[in-house]
Amino acid sequence: MATYIPTTPDELQEMLGAIGVKSIDDLFAEIPPELRLQGELNLPAGMSESEMARKVARLAETNETVDKNVCFLGGGAYDHIIPAVIDHILLRGDFFTAYTPYQPEVSQGTLQCIYEYQSLICGLTGMDQSNASLYEGATANVEAINMATAQTGRSKVLVLQTLNPEYRRVINTLNGALGVEIVTVPFEDGAVDPSRVQELMNDKIAAVVMQYPNFFGSIEDIERISEIAHAAGALSIVSANPIALGLIEAPGKLGADIVTGEGQPLGIPLSFGGPYLGFIAAKKALLRRMPGRIVGRTKDIDGKIGFVLTLQAREQHIRREKASSNICSNQALMALNATIYMSLLGRDGIKEVAYQSFQKAHYMKRELAKVEGVSFPFTGSFFHELVVKIPNARKVLGKMSKKGVFAGIPLDNWFTSLKDCVLIAVTEKRTKDEIDNYCNMLGGFING
Amino acid sequence: MAEPLIFDLNKDGRRGYALPALDVPALDPADHIPSRFLRQELPLPSLSELEVVRHFTRLSRLNHSVDIGFYPLGSCTMKYNPKVNENMARLPGFAHIHPQQPEETVQGALEMLKTLEDQLAEVTGMDAMTLQPAAGAHGEMTGLLIMKAYHKKQGNHKTKIMIPDSGHGTNPASCSMVGYEVINIKSDARGSIDIEDLKAKLSPDVAGLMITNPSTLGLFDENIGELASLIHSVDGLLYYDGANLNAIMGWTRPGDMGFDIVHLNLHKTFSTPHGGGGPGAGPVGVKKHLEAFLPNPRVVFDGKKYKLQTKCRESVGPVLGSVGNFLVLVRAFAYIMVNGREGLKNASAYAVLNANYMMARLKKTYHLPYDRFCKHEFVLSGKSLAQYGVKTLDVAKRLLDFGFHAPTIYFPMIVEESMMFEPTETESKGTLDCFMEAMEMIAREAAENPDNLKNAPLKTPVRRLDEATAARKPDINYFQRPE
Repeated sequence: MATYIPTTPDELQEMLGAIGVKSIDDLFAEIPPELRLQGELNLPAGMSESEMARKVARLAETNETVDKNVCFLGGGAYDHIIPAVIDHILLRGDFFTAYTPYQPEVSQGTLQCIYEYQSLICGLTGMDQSNASLYEGATANVEAINMATAQTGRSKVLVLQTLNPEYRRVINTLNGALGVEIVTVPFEDGAVDPSRVQELMNDKIAAVVMQYPNFFGSIEDIERISEIAHAAGALSIVSANPIALGLIEAPGKLGADIVTGEGQPLGIPLSFGGPYLGFIAAKKALLRRMPGRIVGRTKDIDGKIGFVLTLQAREQHIRREKASSNICSNQALMALNATIYMSLLGRDGIKEVAYQSFQKAHYMKRELAKVEGVSFPFTGSFFHELVVKIPNARKVLGKMSKKGVFAGIPLDNWFTSLKDCVLIAVTEKRTKDEIDNYCNMLGGFING
Repeated sequence: MAEPLIFDLNKDGRRGYALPALDVPALDPADHIPSRFLRQELPLPSLSELEVVRHFTRLSRLNHSVDIGFYPLGSCTMKYNPKVNENMARLPGFAHIHPQQPEETVQGALEMLKTLEDQLAEVTGMDAMTLQPAAGAHGEMTGLLIMKAYHKKQGNHKTKIMIPDSGHGTNPASCSMVGYEVINIKSDARGSIDIEDLKAKLSPDVAGLMITNPSTLGLFDENIGELASLIHSVDGLLYYDGANLNAIMGWTRPGDMGFDIVHLNLHKTFSTPHGGGGPGAGPVGVKKHLEAFLPNPRVVFDGKKYKLQTKCRESVGPVLGSVGNFLVLVRAFAYIMVNGREGLKNASAYAVLNANYMMARLKKTYHLPYDRFCKHEFVLSGKSLAQYGVKTLDVAKRLLDFGFHAPTIYFPMIVEESMMFEPTETESKGTLDCFMEAMEMIAREAAENPDNLKNAPLKTPVRRLDEATAARKPDINYFQRPE
């Protein structure tokens, strides 16, 4: 049912007449007959909006949500509280049905939002400049590595093993394809000992890539590792959790040259993995290496303040094969989502989300310690995510899932040495009751 | 008055959102985190909820959008974004599921993905799809990685990719991202690929040919069969940039034209909103002989359950940290369901009708460099206005005063002072007529009162902006404004 086409049969005839053809088919006449589709596409017939909505809703209902269950899953995506205001603003057609601000005179809304987004990201990360956003957290590191190799003229990078293993795989695919040699630095006790970085560091290394807090939730010593990188002329790339930065120091203050990250914790729904928001921010010296769009503030011919896409000489539509990246779009609507979230929560709110997440994760650790059979493989400082060893972990996780608790991510997915180890995330959204219930249930399944 | 920056609305101590009270005993973070890692300053603003709502609502009113008016931006397919799709993307069963949930708790999500893969494969005539790439450019990179993996397996030594001079700028940029060198191929007098130029440059080290069909001129290349044979004769692969798929759905398929790899832009052809510049989705489809190279994880169905398969030996590996821009995919899924086989074919039919209707009238006023039926878009040149000192840029800016978005301008680069119009199927004849009247009025104005164009726009929230200073003295971060 082609309900989205407004043309009436009379109008169709008028239009065909104006063109000088008898039918729409005539407009496709130049497609050689042997290349034309014979018959129809093998797809179902169309249907009304209401029929579709019903079918799609039925399909969606077969999924178990984090609303009906209790979510302790993290690993890069977190179940935070999302204020109602955000979606109301995102649903304004003026935002979501606009395109890239190619005509700045009629795109000031989008452009000013991006300028504010860039500034908020700079404030949060302690960096000098941010772009208008990237796809998501994994690919943001790919772009950062490309910047570092271009800047240093070196083609080898050190990647800490405590960087999200999914991100590491994406780096292997995409940076690997360009001939970047990737060396993994192993962890001990949930974090990488800076001396291991020192051992592998030399003047062939373009950058060290690390995560803060790292994949296990531990607070990596990005300050010391950045120093080691700088001493060898390499760059320090830090993939940071933006919410954690409400409690832990800005990477820009600890020596990072490029800060990337996954913006999902900034009010973006879990969405089975996307769309999310990649952010990237860097020190001044790297401005001309930044990928993707950047918005700048300027004036119009009447002297009125306005915003434009700027420094476009870096980009693909001008530079073609010499561009700093092939990125065309950004995740504008997700950047807006994060901008509204940061504005609404504000300084005190972001700090409190971080503080409460920290407190609840630490409470959970204390309660888990009381459960017989549970142990903690790592000892260092952590933010809101921790690794717990549970006997027969996969079996127990399965049982807890059936009881409505997504109890953690089994780490042997990626680390053979971490059998029976589970990654647990605790956000401000979890309650004391949910945590207590988790621990009771866990005790029952381990010892029952 | 201009809307202040969010930072200028700051009032210390104001709160825009209240969290539930902390219900667990609190520790002093300083006892658990070394002091050098504790945050000192956090320069974020503080506002009330209403101030935030008003700020962003006011900003939204400064934008042009599909919901407000005609948006004939060529190659961007700014069609109507059905509202119901937004509802579908907000169903808790889709929006509130974690990517790491156990597979048995996300069967509906996986079923959606698999069904959409199959449907897109059918529309494009390909054998297998990945939905992972997050945008068209990302899809291009993925497709080129697949190409590279194929040649590696074949033992081919390939270093170059052919791209016509009418191609999108992204194409050569993506080639560089995967380490291929670019060979530019000329267009012929009809706007098609110059076969002789291609033959002259074809050599065994050519990995593939990357094209859109219809091209960025909106013209269908009838020689596509021969192009496919030529490129296949050196064991090269034919790559389809799907930016222009809205012209041909249900009429012909890239797979039937001889393409080996296809990327799509769901935010164009399949009506998912552009969101001010993203998020989009750039699925990639391939023929059977390339399926093994698709990124993982792959969604598979074993007859009982859907699964995410990560162990695929020949796969190029994951290109994103998740299965894709899932909620964008949900919107495309809903769109295909409503339209069905007939609806998709009609969408292309009416997109092509609208473009030809506009072209037939506007060519009387503006120069049409390639006078033949177009597909979903067409390119005019503004060079006839040069005699009045008026440029295409001025025409574009003047259109804004009439409440229309401008066409794509200065692209493709092979047409002087180019303007590329893509009306899409969702615009009515009435809208097209109004727009064309404005285009004609502007042409008259160029002759009679060219200053009106050179000074345009006059009625927009801001007027022409000083882009040179913006680039020379970048003011891109509120906290570090230049003096």
